[in-house]
Amino acid sequence: MSTSNILLKTQGITKYFHDPETFQVLKGIDIEVHKGEFLSLIGKSGSGKSTLLYLLSTMDMDFEGKLVINGEELTEKSPDYLARFRSEHIGFVFQFHFLLPEFSALENVMIPALKLGKYSEEVIRQKAMEKLDLLGIADQAKKASSRLSGGQQQRVAIARALINDPLLIMGDEPTGNLDSVNSKIVFDTFRKLTRDLGQTIITVTHDDDFAAKTDRIIEMKDGKIVS
Amino acid sequence: MNVILKIAKTHLLSKPKQTLVAMLGVTFGIGMFIMMISLMTGLNNFTEDLTKIASADIRIYKDVTEPRATLLDRIRPEGLNLVHHVKPKNESDKIRNSRQIADLLRQDPEVIGVAPRLTSQVFYNFGPVKLNGSVAGVDILEEDKLFDLHSKIKAGSLAALKTTSNGLIIGSGLAKKLSAQVGDLLMVTTPQGVVYTMKVVGIFQLGLGEIDNVRSYANLATVQKLLGKDASYITDLNLKITNYREAKAKAETIQAAFGNKAEDWETANSTLLAGAIIRDIMTYSVSITLLIVAGFGIYNILNMTIYSKMKDIAILKATGFAAKDVTGIFLTQSLIIGLIGSLMGLAVGFVFSLLLAQVPFDGGELLALDSLPVNFETKYYLIGIVFGVVTTAIAGWMPSRKAGKIDPIEIIRGI
Repeated sequence: MSTSNILLKTQGITKYFHDPETFQVLKGIDIEVHKGEFLSLIGKSGSGKSTLLYLLSTMDMDFEGKLVINGEELTEKSPDYLARFRSEHIGFVFQFHFLLPEFSALENVMIPALKLGKYSEEVIRQKAMEKLDLLGIADQAKKASSRLSGGQQQRVAIARALINDPLLIMGDEPTGNLDSVNSKIVFDTFRKLTRDLGQTIITVTHDDDFAAKTDRIIEMKDGKIVS
Repeated sequence: MNVILKIAKTHLLSKPKQTLVAMLGVTFGIGMFIMMISLMTGLNNFTEDLTKIASADIRIYKDVTEPRATLLDRIRPEGLNLVHHVKPKNESDKIRNSRQIADLLRQDPEVIGVAPRLTSQVFYNFGPVKLNGSVAGVDILEEDKLFDLHSKIKAGSLAALKTTSNGLIIGSGLAKKLSAQVGDLLMVTTPQGVVYTMKVVGIFQLGLGEIDNVRSYANLATVQKLLGKDASYITDLNLKITNYREAKAKAETIQAAFGNKAEDWETANSTLLAGAIIRDIMTYSVSITLLIVAGFGIYNILNMTIYSKMKDIAILKATGFAAKDVTGIFLTQSLIIGLIGSLMGLAVGFVFSLLLAQVPFDGGELLALDSLPVNFETKYYLIGIVFGVVTTAIAGWMPSRKAGKIDPIEIIRGI
C-alpha cells in the first residue's frame, strides 16, 4: 500500500508507569494503520495493549516517541487541542458501554456532535437518527439510556462513536461484556462499517474468535509487538 | 441550547431534592441579608431623619469660644511663646452683616433657603408652673422652608405668628406640661430678668422629645426686643442646600468665604450617626457568615455529585470535552443554584421585611415612631444577588476544577 494511505503511524513509542514503582509498559512501538483497516490488538493482561490504545486515542500523552494521525504530529499539542481533535476525528467504544444515564439514547448520540458544534441541532438530530437506524435501534431513540439492554446500550455507544464521522474508531474490548448474540451484532456492525463505509477501526480484544475475523492482528507481549 | 448548559440542567433536574436543598441554603443566607440590611438601613435613615429635624444642613454662627492668638504671638510670631490660662475675649456672638450674608447666600444656586435665628434661654410661667426652655426668634416663613414646619403644626397656624407680634408657637411636650392651649397667655422670663407676656398661637410637634419639650418659636423682632438688642442682632443663619450629602464641603467653602463658623449637620450630630457604622458592620458580618455556610453546602453537594458522576466525566472527556468544558458543566450548575437560590432569597427577604415593617414599636416620649422603620431600597437587593452568585461561584469553582482535571483513563480502566 502507498504511504498516502497511512492514517495512523507511531515511531518508537515508549511508556513508563511510575506508580507504585517504575515499570516500562511499552518498549519502542512502531505501527502503521491504513485507511479502512479493521485491526485488532491482542495479548495477555499486562501486555500493554490497552495502554497503547489509550495513547493512540490521544487521551494519554505521557509517553516518549512520535504519534502521527492523518499526517498530523500530535505529540506536543495542548490538552484542549487534543480534546477538540478527539471530538472531530476519534470515536470511542468501551467495554462497559458508558452512556450518560440521565439522557435518552438519541441525546447520548447527539452530545459529542453538539459539543463539536459543526452542524445545527436539527441536522445533528437527523444524523443521530441515521446512525441509530444504521445500528438497528432507531426504535429505542427516545428511551432513557439506563432502560436499554446491554446489547442495545453498546450499539448506542457505537452510534455515538460514529456521530462526528471520525477518521478512526477505537474499541476497548467492545464485546467483552456481551453475550455471543450481541457480540456477533457488534462484530457485524464493525465489519459493515469498514467494508462498506471505509471506516478505520482499532480494537483491543481478549476474544480470539473476534480477532481472527478482523483484517489484521497485532499481538503484544511484555510491551513489544510480537506479530 | 448550548450543550454544556443542557448537561448542567439535566444533572440538576435528575436530583431535584438535592438541588433544592442547595438552593435553600443560598435562599436562607440572602433572605437574612435582605431582612437585616432593610431593618438596619431603615434605622440608619430614621436616625438621619431625626437629626435633620433638629439641625439644618448648615448652620452659620460666630464661634466665640474658638482659641485665639495671644498678644505675645502677634508681637513675636517667630518665638516659642507660652501663655497660661488664655480666656475668651468678651465679645458679642452676633453675626456681623448677617442680612448681607443671607442675601449673598440666597443668590447661590446650591442654597435653597436661608433662615436667620436668634435663640434665648427663657422660663415659661403659666400660673404657678415655671419651666426652663428656649425661644427661637425666627422668620417663620423662611423657617418653614427649611424644616417643613407647617406639616408639624398640631393646633393653631404658622401664619398667626406673622400677625401677632407677641405670638408664640410652642412645642407639644411644653404645651402638655404647661397645660397650655392656643389662645392662652404665657409669661416668659429671660435670663436678664425681663418678663414678657406672650400669646400661644400654635402648637408644633417635631417628634423629637428634646425639642418638643423645651422649644418655642417667636418672631425675630420679638426676641430681639426681649433681649434688648437691635434689629440686626442675629446669632444663627440656618441653610438648606440642594444636596445635603455634600453639606460638609459646602460648609467649608462658606466658612472660608464669610469668616464665621459654618457647621454641617453630620458634624453637629456625629455621636448619633456613629451607630450607623456599627449597624452596617453587624449586618455584613452576619450575612457573610450565613453565605459562607451556604457556600460550604454547595461545595459539599457538588463534590458528591462529581464523585457520583466520575464515569460520565470520563466519557465526556473521551468524546472530546476539554477540561474547561467539564469544569464549565459543574460551575454552571453551581451558578444556576446560586442565581435561583438568590432570587428566592430576595423574595423571602422582601416578605420578611414587609412583616417587620408591621411590627409595632413604641418610641416612648422621645420618638414619634409606631412601627419598626424598614428600608426597601433596590440597591440592597442588587447587592444581595451579586453576593449570592459570587459566593456560589467561589464555592463551585474548586470542585468544578477538580472535575475538569479527572483523568478519564483511570476511570475507564479502573472498572
